[in-house]
This record gives sequence, C-alpha cells and structure tokens, in this order.
Amino acid sequence: MTRQQSYVLQRSLFYLLLAVIFIYIIFPFYWALRSSITPASELFVTPVSYFPAHPTLAHYQQVFGDGNFLAALRNSAIVAATVTILSLLIGVLGSYALGRFRFPGRVPIMYLILSMTMFPQIAVLGSLFALVSQFGLYNTLPALIITYLIFTLPFTIWVLTSFFQAMPRDLEEAAYVDGATAFQTLYKVMLPLIAPGLVTTGLLAFIGAWNEFLFALSFTQTPDRQTVPIAIFNFTTTTGGGFEIPWGPIMAATIVVTIPLIVLTLIFQRRILAGLTAGAVKG
Amino acid sequence: MSVRAETTGQLARARPRAGGTGSLAERQNGLAYALLAPALLVVVLVAFVPLFQTIAQSFTNARLASARPVTNVGLKNYTDLLTDGGFLHSIIVTVEFTILTVVFEFLLGLMIAMVVNSNFRGRGPMRAAMLVPWAIPTVVSAQMWKWMYHDIYGVINDLLVNRFHILSSNIAWVADPATSIPAIAAVDIWKTTPFVALLLLAGLQVIPSDIYEAADVDGASKVQQFMRLTLPLLRPAILVTLIFRTLDSLRVFDVFYVMFGNRQDTQTMAIYAQQNIVAFSDLGYGGAISVAIFLVIGIFVITYVTFLKVETT
Amino acid sequence: MDLEQRADRRGFSRRAFVLGALSATTASVLAACAQPSSQPATSAPAAAQPTPAATKPAAAASPAAAASPAASPAAAPAASPAASAVAKPAASPAVAAASPAASPSAVAGGAPAFTINNPPPVASADQAKQFASQQVSYYGDSVGLGHDIDTALSNRFTQDTGIKINLVPKPASATDTFAQYQRFFQGQSPDLDVLMIDVIWPGSLAPNLVDLNPKLGDAAKQHYPNIIDNNTINGALVGMPWFGDFGMLFYRKDLLQKYNIAAPPKTWDELEQQATTITNGEKGANANFAGFVFQGNAYEGLTCNALEWLASTGGGTFMDESGQVTINNPQAAAILNKVRGWIGTIAPRGVTGYQEDESLNAFNGGNAAFLRSWPYVWGVVTKPDSVINGKVDVAPLPASQGQPVGTVGGWQLGVSKYSKSQDAAIEFVRYLTSPDVQAYRAVVGAYVPTIQSVASRADVLQIEPFLQNLQNVQRVVRPSKQTGDRYNEASTAIFQGVNQVLNGQDAAQVLPGVQQRLQRLAG
Repeated sequence: MTRQQSYVLQRSLFYLLLAVIFIYIIFPFYWALRSSITPASELFVTPVSYFPAHPTLAHYQQVFGDGNFLAALRNSAIVAATVTILSLLIGVLGSYALGRFRFPGRVPIMYLILSMTMFPQIAVLGSLFALVSQFGLYNTLPALIITYLIFTLPFTIWVLTSFFQAMPRDLEEAAYVDGATAFQTLYKVMLPLIAPGLVTTGLLAFIGAWNEFLFALSFTQTPDRQTVPIAIFNFTTTTGGGFEIPWGPIMAATIVVTIPLIVLTLIFQRRILAGLTAGAVKG
Repeated sequence: MSVRAETTGQLARARPRAGGTGSLAERQNGLAYALLAPALLVVVLVAFVPLFQTIAQSFTNARLASARPVTNVGLKNYTDLLTDGGFLHSIIVTVEFTILTVVFEFLLGLMIAMVVNSNFRGRGPMRAAMLVPWAIPTVVSAQMWKWMYHDIYGVINDLLVNRFHILSSNIAWVADPATSIPAIAAVDIWKTTPFVALLLLAGLQVIPSDIYEAADVDGASKVQQFMRLTLPLLRPAILVTLIFRTLDSLRVFDVFYVMFGNRQDTQTMAIYAQQNIVAFSDLGYGGAISVAIFLVIGIFVITYVTFLKVETT
Repeated sequence: MDLEQRADRRGFSRRAFVLGALSATTASVLAACAQPSSQPATSAPAAAQPTPAATKPAAAASPAAAASPAASPAAAPAASPAASAVAKPAASPAVAAASPAASPSAVAGGAPAFTINNPPPVASADQAKQFASQQVSYYGDSVGLGHDIDTALSNRFTQDTGIKINLVPKPASATDTFAQYQRFFQGQSPDLDVLMIDVIWPGSLAPNLVDLNPKLGDAAKQHYPNIIDNNTINGALVGMPWFGDFGMLFYRKDLLQKYNIAAPPKTWDELEQQATTITNGEKGANANFAGFVFQGNAYEGLTCNALEWLASTGGGTFMDESGQVTINNPQAAAILNKVRGWIGTIAPRGVTGYQEDESLNAFNGGNAAFLRSWPYVWGVVTKPDSVINGKVDVAPLPASQGQPVGTVGGWQLGVSKYSKSQDAAIEFVRYLTSPDVQAYRAVVGAYVPTIQSVASRADVLQIEPFLQNLQNVQRVVRPSKQTGDRYNEASTAIFQGVNQVLNGQDAAQVLPGVQQRLQRLAG
C-alpha cells in the first residue's frame, strides 16, 4: 500500500472511530428526545419505535404548565450561578496563592482542600443537615449554595492552581517592575491567560451544582424551593401510591433543561478558542 | 505601557523558575495566607465540622434517631470492618469499576479534547456533543440507561438483536452478573467523559501552538510531537483530571443505586456506607466505613502524585 | 499583552455577563409568568353534586339498607354535620355483622359520586374546633394525584374546623422519606406534626410517635385487625391505617381465553403450566414475550414477593410472632428454587432487576401474561390508550397451601411526639382515616380502603372491581414489628439472599446464611 493509501486508510479509520464515539455520546440524548414526544402508552411497547407513530407535545405542555417545575428552573439557576461565582472568586484567590507563592504549609493546605471531597456525600449529610438546621437555613437556597461549595471548591482550586503554576514568570515580573500590585497583576495579567481554566471550572461547577440531587433533596422541603433534579421526579401522575414514574414529562423536562446548557457552552467555548488562538499567534 | 511581549522562546519559559528573591517571597507569605483565607474559611465551616463529627462517631455506637444512650466503643467498628466480607467485597467492586472507567474515560476524553482543539473536520459536531452526557442530571440518565438496557423493551437489545443481528437473543444486561459491571461502566464512561475532555481541553488550550510549528520545522512526526511536547505540557492537567476522576469514581453512588439497588454482588463502598447509615441507621459503623473510604481514596491520591511526579512546589 | 487582546477579553467578559444576565432574566420571567397549576386534570369520575339532604349516612351500613336498595339517597356520602355523630359508631357493628359477600350496595346507579374537589365534610368538626388555634404540619403524599387529594382534604378540614394545615409533599422515594423523618426526630423538631408512615416503619419510628389509642382507639376498631396489630408497638397504636395495598395477580384474560384456559391459576404449579403454554404460543410472534413478571430486584419489593411465595406454600413468614426466625425450612427452599427455575423460562432473565415500574411496563406493553404487583396497576392498565385496556383481570395470588395471601403494603398516618399541636394533629388524623374519607379516596384516587365496610361499597367497587374477587385474600405482614428499628437490616438480609437464589444459587445453601443474619438481629 502506498503512503498515500495508508494515510487515507488511517484517516478513514480515525473518522470512523470518531463517528462511533459521537453516536455513543449522542444516542441517549436522541432517545430522550424521541421519548419526550411519544405518548405515554407507546413508550414501552415492542417492537421498539425509533420515532413515535403519534408524536405529541403533551409532555412539553405538562412541563411548561407545571408551576413547580418552572420555579425549580429558577431555583436551580440561582443556586448554580451563585455557587459558580463564589467558587471562582474564592478559588481564584486561593489558587493564585497556591500556584504562584511559596510559603510554609502550601502542600498540606492543598491536600486539606482535597480531603473535603474524599468522603462520600452520605457520610457528611447528617452533620451538614444538623448544621443547616442550626443556622436556620433549612428549606432555603443559601443552604444549597453553601453546601455545594464542598464539592465545587476543591477541583476549582486544584485546576486553577495547576494553570497558575504553568504560567511563565516573566509577565508577572514585568508587571511588578511596572509597579502593579498583586491584585492588579492577578486581574489584568494572569486571569486572561488562564481563561480556559476559568471557563472550564466555571462550567463544571455550574453543571455540577445544577445536577446535584442528594443535598437538594435533604435540605429543601417545599416545592417552591426545590431544584430541577428533585422537581423532575415530581410531575403529576394519574395514579396514587407513589409507584408510577411519569416518563414522558421527565424526558421532556430533561430536554428542556439540557438544550440551553449546551447552547450556552457552545457560545462560551467558541469565544475562548477565538480569543486564545488570536493571542498565541501574535508574537 | 511596557509589558514585554511574549518571546518565541516560550517553551523555555514554560516552567516557572524556582524560588524568587528572598525578601519579596517572605513579604508575600502574609499575602498568600490572606488570599487563602476565604477558601480555608469555607473548608473549616462546611467541611471540617461534618468530617470530624463523622470520624468521632465512628468510635461510638451511635444510631440515628434512637433513644439509646451513645457510648464509646473504641476501635470496635474498625475491627468489625476488617472482617466484614461485605465491605471488603465492595472495595474490590469499587476498585475494579474505577480502573475500568478511569482508563476508558481518560483515553476517550483525551481523544475528544484533541479533536476539538484541532482543525479536524469532526470538530464542530464533537464540540456540540461533548457536553451532553454531563448536562443531563445523573438521576435521569441512570434511569434512562436502565430502561435502554431492559431485556424486553430496551432499545439496546432491539438494536443488537433485531436491527444489526449481532446477537441472537436479548441479554439481561443489568441483571446478569456477567454483564452487570461492563454495562454500568458503559453508563459511567458515557456520563463522565465530558468532564475529562473539558479539563484536558482546557490544558491543551494553554499550550501555545507555535511550539508545534517549530517542531514541524524540525521534522518531528505527529506522534513524536504528541509524546514529547503535548504529554509533558499536559501533565499537570492530566494529574488533576486523574485525581478528581478517580476520587469521584471511588465514591460512585447514584448510578449504582439506580441500576442495582442493594444487590449484594454489586455494592460499591458508597452504597455500603449509605446502606449502613441510612437504611440501618447505624451512624457508628457508617462513620467507620466512611473513614475507610477516605483512606482507600488517599492511597490512590498518593500513588498518583508519586508516580506522576509533578512538581507541586 | 497588547491593547487589542485586552480589549478582546474585556469584550468577551462583557458579552458573557450580558448573556448570563439575559438567561437568568428569561428564566425568572418564565417562572413568574407561569401560574402554579392549581387543579390539574384528574381522572375522577364526572361528578353530580352530593345531595345536601341531611339523611343518615349510617343507613348505608345498617342491615336495613341492605334490604332496601331504593334507599339510595340515604347512602349519600355527603353527610351533613348534624347526622355526623351517628356515622362512625353505626358503621362498625353493622360491618361486623354483614358478610363480605352480601355487600350492602345501597348506592344504586344514579347515586351522587365523589369528585376530587369535594371531599366529605369533617364528621368530628365540633370536637376539633376547640383546637382551632393550633396549626398542623402534614407530611403528606408525594406530588401528583395523592398530593392533590391531600390538598382538597386539608382545605376542607380547615374550612370546617378552623385548624390550619401546612401541607408538605413527601419525597418520591420511601427511603428518602424515612431518612428525612429520622433527621427530624434526631433533632426533635416540632416542624413535623402528622406524617405518612410506610407499613414497615412503625417498629422503628415508634419511640418518636404518639400513642393514638386513647383518642382514636375506637375508630381503629373499624380497620382490618392485621394492620392495626402491625401498627401497635408495645401496646401503643402509633399509626392509623391510611390506605392498604396488597399483592395481587394481574393477568391477560384474552390470552387465557385464546389458549383455552378456564380460570386463573390457583396454585403456583398451575401458574407455571399456564405461563408456559401461553409463552410457547406467543413467542413465535413476539420474541420478547414473557409469561410471568414480578419484582425481583434486591430491594424491599422483593421481600414482599418472597413473603407471598413462602406464606402461600407453608414456608412461614420469615419470623414468627415472637421473633423466632423461621426462614430456613424445606418448603421455603423448595418454593424459592422453583421460582429460580422460572428465571429464563417463564420469567425473563432480567426480572432479577425489575422493580414495580419495569414489571408494569413489560405487562402494560403487552409483553407478559401474568404480573404480580400492587393495586395501582389497575388504574394504569385500564387507561383508554393502554394497549391492553379491557384485556386485564385480577385474581388472588396462587397458593399451594391454605388461603391465598397478599403482602400488606400501604401507608399509615402518625403523629410526632415532638409536635406542639398534638390535639389538632390527632383530630386531623381522625378525619383523614374516617370511613367517608376512605371512600372518597377510593373513588377519586383508587386507593384501597382499610375498612371493610368501605371496601364493600358499590361506588368503591366500581372503581376497584377487583376488591370483590380478592375478599378472601389473607393479608400477611412483614416482620417489622418483631425487628423494631432493625427491620431494614432484616429485610436487607432477606432480599439479598432471595436475589442471590433468583440469580442462580441454591436456596438450601443460601437460607442458612440468611437465618444466621436474622438471628443476630433478633437477639
């Protein structure tokens, strides 16, 4: 086989592999989409239908007509946004110190922060619940905001620290020479350089907080304080007893919740890629 | 404004020079602690109290919502743990699962990150698709996969048996012990590859592209560039990704609970902990299990840091 | 970094901020615009207004009414408060006298029916009004039909007595609910007054619940004795029955007809034969067809299934009344191995992973001939758009020895010991567990009543006709009382063991281990 041929073969195999991966990632989403427009009675019949015989928007109507779900969207947005902003703020400050300064206790502190996420969630749940009740935060959004930091802060700090560590010294030193304070250096020089890290950890923190279930279940009580993962399982069923799972509305709600997240991500990511490649090329 | 522009010798400067001038560094110690104060405050407030309570409880026979007086039992919970076949088995299940998923997630995530970071034609759709599994709430996606795996009306069996004729009859992916772990690994890999891909992508994005151009000029092949340039520069990102992915994997709960419940042969450490703490209301024993999980995870973290030898100084 | 790059980044951050703000605003606007759904569409039968005539509701239960079906207005469910005092006590002696078969269906066609928005008035309103200053927090049914019914009942109660009800829907999962209660009790929180209790929880929650005997002991006598006994821990009645599920066999009567099977199976062997015949016949057309589906996953539901298998074949009930562990016996091993033999033949291989939802979906999609599950299934398979609507009937579970059995499910209502408004709470429980409300919930929500007289009413039987066929089913209870707060551990030992057997191990090997685990708990 000529070099040209083997190159083409390699390329084709690679594209095939990519296609398989793409399908693996996307198929369940397609399944959710298909199920969200399938009437409830057709959801589990065999032979399996890849597109419903009688598509319906009834599930979406139920989702948008459900005041509790829309309130949950609002709650989730508030909690996730606040947690992300707080994590980034606290995280940037802390990881700047950990990544650019050498001081005694540096490594132990890093491991201390890591240890926050080394316990299973269920273990700390009881004590956190007692804490939350004690501060009178039960059934409030701040309870979630504060407790979510327990899992967003560690990886935010660790990721940003590694970004800070990888930054060249000369820019920082030049800034000092120019008379910039530490904060100015951080804000004007370093932050833009680690922008991919900020966007990534922000995104992961946002989605992590958005999809969290256990704490949201334990620290909120009334439907007006619940977040999306809880509300998604609370759609009206037509039978009592608590056994029925309303799959149609759940799938519709999943689509409703996922698509904006993806759109937002696409926009953010493109901006970052554009900004960075521009920066690196200019010598 | 006289900030020096970045020079073409970027590669040489990619690593921070060790140390700084003496007095500057000392002055900055105070500043460092000040910058860390908010983070440490959160750690103490939100994490310390619960963690210490858990550890303290592990030395007692506390039960949840029980009128019985709580007494200290020393190391009894821990000695019981050492002989608890159920817990020991759960460690094996969890470690098996972790190795399987982290390896595949890493490979897939790296591939996706490189594709998205490059000029491949597959880049656009991949970037759009990349986040989808992570964006769907776990409680929903786990149920959905269980449904897709169903041995009567599941779509996976339908595809394999009826459409592509790869299998002759339906398989009970979830129920059959032979296929249980691979099946759930496929779900977890699907769900968390985006996490890995995103972190590695961020790491790739800060590698300046001109070093690759220089390497091209020098005649290095793509594979050589990957091994000699990309991987070393990506090492910090890889370390962080591996640590956190492993950590999460060792604490896996949601997806196992939805797919297997409390089935004995597929209990992970976190499921075992939850069973004791919530279902059995045994706070003392549950606390000991949590500490044991902490120690197991600690072993992995130390292993990573040692073997990847990334400068944390 | 030069000017252009900095401007770029500033622009980016500005755009990001705007985008974020826009999304947040849009989300809030959406949320604000949507009205919370006040009255969702319900499947309640079309309503005629209950007659306001102050007729004696007691007539419905009295032997006299049984003889005169023409006395339909007399059976009007909407009892006026004046006649209320007569209602309760009159119901019980009549029930004890009347045989189940001769159901005094005094409500002939044309009688007023319940609607969800029109719950019965509070019979004991006068008694309750004295506590009008108190407020009750009620941890009620999860969001859905149950919650809507709770809302209607709470409103009615407040209307009639002045006691305010703060209604909180409980989490969807029973385990989560249990965990939540424990957290409340751990902190001795007064935020919980009335709570829904699963039938297996009285043993473990009893220390935190009020004894209802002094005030509700008489009312309790109307309910099935098994359930009352289950809810009585150390002499204290800690839960009033709210509704009572029990296990039953749903089957495809059209398929039985097709294969010339005269009647649903009476013994497990018959079930095996019938399922085999039907499966062999159907498999050609439908490769996914399964004969028998049930709940085989390692969870509480399997304990319910296993109890039915054992109790119907002389295998005992895991533990006897005194707490002695009886699970390791030859009959138990035999039936468990028999069920194990069905996996892969008449039951699908995946059944050891099924819970209620999966088993129902398999049946409701037309892919199974027999389903063991709870009464709620009836409401699902009789929906107009279900593919098996009109093809399903219900029978008691097969039994090879003695009467057919069904594991008791269902929920109770309890009052927290730490409540600051116990009197009002007890009055609320009295209302909710009264026969009228049970009938109302049966009609609008298809809940299974726990009062015999209610279960025999014509309007209830119209919604739940299977109650007629299943009147001789013996309700068996899980050993929650004997194990107290260690019940979950006991149940885990049982369902993990049974699940192992179903997945291929020999019951004779597994049961001794389960016996040991249970004995360690009872001690």
